[in-house]
Amino acid sequence: MNAEALAFYALAAMVLVGGFLVVQSRNLVHAAISLVPTLLGVAGLYVLLNAEFVTAIQILIYVGAITVLILFVILLTEGATGLRVRQRNEQVPLALLVCGTLVVLFLVVLLRVPWGPPTGPMPAYNPGAVGRSFLIPYVLAFEVTSLVILASLVGAIVVARREG
Amino acid sequence: MVVLAAVVFTFLAVGGPLFLVLAERKISAWIQARVGPKHVGPHGILQTVADTVKLLQKESIVPHRADVVLFTAAPVLVAVAALLDWIVIPFAPGVIVRDLNVGILYFAAVSSLTVIGILTGGWASNNKYSLLGGLRSAAQMVSYELPLGFSLLVVATLTGTLSTVRIVEAQPYPAHFYPSVIVAAVVFLIAATAEANRIPFDLPEAEAELVAGYFSEYTPMRFALFQLGEYGALLASSALFTTLFLGGWKGPFALPGVGPVVDGMVWFLLKTYAVVFFLMWVRWTYPRFRIDQLLNVSWKILLPVSMANLLVAGVLVVLG
Amino acid sequence: MIGPAHYLGVSALLFGLGLYGVLTRRNAVAILMGIELMLNAANINFVAFTKFVDPTFVRGHVAALIIITLAACEAVVGLALVINAYRHLETVNVDQVNLMKG
Repeated sequence: MNAEALAFYALAAMVLVGGFLVVQSRNLVHAAISLVPTLLGVAGLYVLLNAEFVTAIQILIYVGAITVLILFVILLTEGATGLRVRQRNEQVPLALLVCGTLVVLFLVVLLRVPWGPPTGPMPAYNPGAVGRSFLIPYVLAFEVTSLVILASLVGAIVVARREG
Repeated sequence: MVVLAAVVFTFLAVGGPLFLVLAERKISAWIQARVGPKHVGPHGILQTVADTVKLLQKESIVPHRADVVLFTAAPVLVAVAALLDWIVIPFAPGVIVRDLNVGILYFAAVSSLTVIGILTGGWASNNKYSLLGGLRSAAQMVSYELPLGFSLLVVATLTGTLSTVRIVEAQPYPAHFYPSVIVAAVVFLIAATAEANRIPFDLPEAEAELVAGYFSEYTPMRFALFQLGEYGALLASSALFTTLFLGGWKGPFALPGVGPVVDGMVWFLLKTYAVVFFLMWVRWTYPRFRIDQLLNVSWKILLPVSMANLLVAGVLVVLG
Repeated sequence: MIGPAHYLGVSALLFGLGLYGVLTRRNAVAILMGIELMLNAANINFVAFTKFVDPTFVRGHVAALIIITLAACEAVVGLALVINAYRHLETVNVDQVNLMKG
């Protein structure tokens, strides 16, 4: 068991245990805080996959911004005080069945595909390669994403503003 | 080299805040025309040691019906986040814990982890003043991350790399970049002051407003961890400012008789503590902003200025 | 040797957890957290494929970055709606938001 395998299993455990706590915690603030080890574990998996730029962006945006946003909204609405409220609806057995089937299906299909060797070398300097990709072949996706950010910014401010 | 860097990091990142607490008191005393602590040790040098011993022997209280797990975890998260970003700071040529090729982006990412610790600490104290302080502090830190990120981007644009070592090696910048660099440096200093919750941006922990803000309920050792995190973040931001804008470990002349490593470290420490002195000077000179003025400054002034600066920097790079 | 199968397995399990969260939780913000887990699972897949299958143009990283950005936008708009709903309806449990029923 070399270092990479050890790191992978540790990070995978962090991700899955964190994810389990997110969906199972009765206390909503605990669930939101459990997002932090989950997302940090995913960032660690990106490091193992030689994706340093995506790692930094994942920590910066997911852990640093989205988790904070979720915590803010939980603290501003009743989620933090409704600890006696039932958090699970009546669809639990059906949901277990559906999710179980889906996961088994994924695992069976994905693990049977013979993923071949990579078609070329991985670029050494990640941010440069990503930047070039965004500006030359995928510039349309880049521009459209910027428009989506602008639209969602304006929309969120308008929707969440106090009346008058 | 990595071992040396790790040792320096330990002394600087962990010992630094201890030294800074004392330095703050002495500098504030000097600015206010009085003498600071002078009884413990020669000129009061051992004051922090005495303070630490006092803190260690105080009773550690967890508030009634507070969330114990989160209450304990919050200061740990803040302190760890403040220490993790020292990994990419170069102390001397070749002395850096790890030269990540996404260095300054990693720094920005890890600094944003402190916000979660502060929010959690504010909520887990089961105290409405702590909660308000935590929410205000989180709002302030999140708002000032944007101008901070933009000024880091300006530096990355002008030097073409995200790695801290290569940024130090690329300085001094060519002359036609300087207007952009100066604006970026000023924005970075203001944003770093706000990120570290220092005056003039320290409303979340102002004594007269919210008791002590989000760490009202934290008794000694946990409070010490929060302070470690805060002063550690301040020192790390000063170190990054030195690395990005002041030339890192490069000095105007080589010190005689010592190797390049020690020479680099001396210049680096001198510059970093000069920046820290400047920030403390600012702290004891200005009054504090109100929360709405603070957020206004970030969103309506700093953000457009830094965005325009990035545009200008891009144009300058293209024009050569 | 850690191959693509390991990463795809982890992401499949994470996706299942996220889907379970979306289907069974009553609080709107908790459902959003489940959605974030599903998006992260998809991202792991994309980045794993970049390393193990097709690194030209780092397409997988580009896709992962776009997904992270869109997840942020969607979280922002969704949470704004939750805040607005809470102001008018005094609840954030999705099974109690039934003004348009019947």
